[in-house]
Amino acid sequence: MTMEDKQLKVTAIKNGTVLDHIPAENLFKVIDILHLTQAGNQITIGSNLDSKSLGKKGIIKISERFFEDEEINRIALVAPQATINIIKDFNVVEKKIISIPESVIGIAKCMNPMCVTNHENIETRFSTIVKGKEISLLCHYCEKVTDSKNLIIKSDK
Amino acid sequence: MPKSLISIHDFSKEEILHILDVAAEFEKDKSQNILNGKIVACIFFEPSTRTRLSFETAANRLGARVIGFSDTGNTSIAKGETLKDTVKMVSNYADIIVMRHPLEGSARYASEVANVPVINAGDGANQHPSQTLLDLYSVRQTQNRLNDLTINMVGDLKYGRTVHSLLQAMSHFAPHFVFTAPNELMMPDEYKTFLKDRKIPYLETTQLIEHLNDTDILYMTRVQQERFSDPIDYEKVKNIYRLDAGMLGNVRKNMKILHPLPRINEIAANVDNTPYAYYFKQAENGMYVRMAIIAYLLGYK
Repeated sequence: MTMEDKQLKVTAIKNGTVLDHIPAENLFKVIDILHLTQAGNQITIGSNLDSKSLGKKGIIKISERFFEDEEINRIALVAPQATINIIKDFNVVEKKIISIPESVIGIAKCMNPMCVTNHENIETRFSTIVKGKEISLLCHYCEKVTDSKNLIIKSDK
Repeated sequence: MPKSLISIHDFSKEEILHILDVAAEFEKDKSQNILNGKIVACIFFEPSTRTRLSFETAANRLGARVIGFSDTGNTSIAKGETLKDTVKMVSNYADIIVMRHPLEGSARYASEVANVPVINAGDGANQHPSQTLLDLYSVRQTQNRLNDLTINMVGDLKYGRTVHSLLQAMSHFAPHFVFTAPNELMMPDEYKTFLKDRKIPYLETTQLIEHLNDTDILYMTRVQQERFSDPIDYEKVKNIYRLDAGMLGNVRKNMKILHPLPRINEIAANVDNTPYAYYFKQAENGMYVRMAIIAYLLGYK
C-alpha cells in the first residue's frame, strides 16, 4: 500500500490529535472512554483499516483537541498499543505512548454481579494488574478481578 | 476518614497481633466499662446468629449501648432507601458501625460514606475479617504459637470466604497448608498463586482421611447451599465429608478442630466430646476478639 492510498482513506487534519493502531474491535470503546460522542469537534473515524501489526485497525482523528496524559492513558485498557500523534499545521509535532494507569476510575464495570457497584450508584474504582500483555482490574470494593475478556466499558456519561 | 476494619488486608501483622493480645486481656477480665456512654450501631441486612449476638454482647461488655436492626423488613430500606443514605444517617447517630450486607464491597463503600469507623461483619461472599481474627486467636490459643503450623482446610474451599481470609492472614506466619476439597470446590487459582508468590507450601487432596494425622489445625467448613446456583451441584457435594470420632485415633496430640459454625453434617456429634473439638470455644472467642476490635477502632486499646 502506498502513502497516497492512506491519504485517500482517512484525510489529514490541520491541528489536533490522531489516535492510530487501535484494535478494530475496540474502536468504539475508545470513542466511549474519551467521551467523543458528545464532542463538538470535527472527528474522522476509520474502522477496519488494514494494519501489519493488528490485522484490522481503527483510527480516530480529532481536530482542535489535545488530551492530557491522564485522559489518554484511560484507553490503555482497550488499546494498549495505540499511538498518539499531536498534529500542528499538518505536521506531527509530538508522539505519545500510552502508559498503563495504576488505577481506573469510573470507566469499567465490575464483572461480579454481586458487587455493590452494580447495585448502587457508585463510581467504580479498580487497581490495574499487568501480566504480560494482559491487563486485568482488581475491584476496590468487592476485591474480585475483572479480566480483559470480561471488560465492559461504562458509557453512561 | 477514621480507621475501619473492612478486609483482613486492612490490618498489618503488628495490628493483628495487637488485637489478639487485647482479646486475651478481655478474656481474663470479661467486663470492662471502658466504652461507657458510647453507642455501637449493629446494622444487619442479612440473617446472622453468632456474629450479631457476639458483636452486641461485646459492645455491652465494654459498657457501650447498642442500636440497630437485624431485619430490613421494618426499616426504610423496605421503602427503597439507598445503602448510602442509611449508612450516612446511622453514622450521625452512633460512634461506630457494625454492618453485614449481602452485596460484596458494601462494607468498603459504607466506610467511605460514614464519618465513624465501620466494622465489616460480612459482605456477601467477600470478607468477614472479625471471623478471621477470632480464627487466628483460637489457633494461637490452642497451639501457643502462630508460626510454622500445618493448617488443613476442609470442605468448600471455592466459595468459602473464611478459608480465603484465613489463608491470607496466616501467610504472615510461615504456615503449611493442606486443602481437602472435592474437585468442584477446590481452592481457586488466585489463592494458590498468592501462596506460590510467597513460597508457602500446600498440598491438595480429595480425601479427608489422607492428611488427618499430620495436621495441627483441622479447619472444617460447611458446604453453603446459598452459594450454589444449581441445586444438583449442591446435592452432589453437600455430604462429601463427615468427620467422626472414630477417625481421630492417630491424630497429633495438639490437633484441634475449628469450624466457623453453623455445622450441618460435616462434624458428627460424637466429636464434640473428644479433646480435639474446639469449635464452641472458638465461637466464644469471637466475643473477646470483637471486644478488642471495637475498643481498638475507637482508640481505647
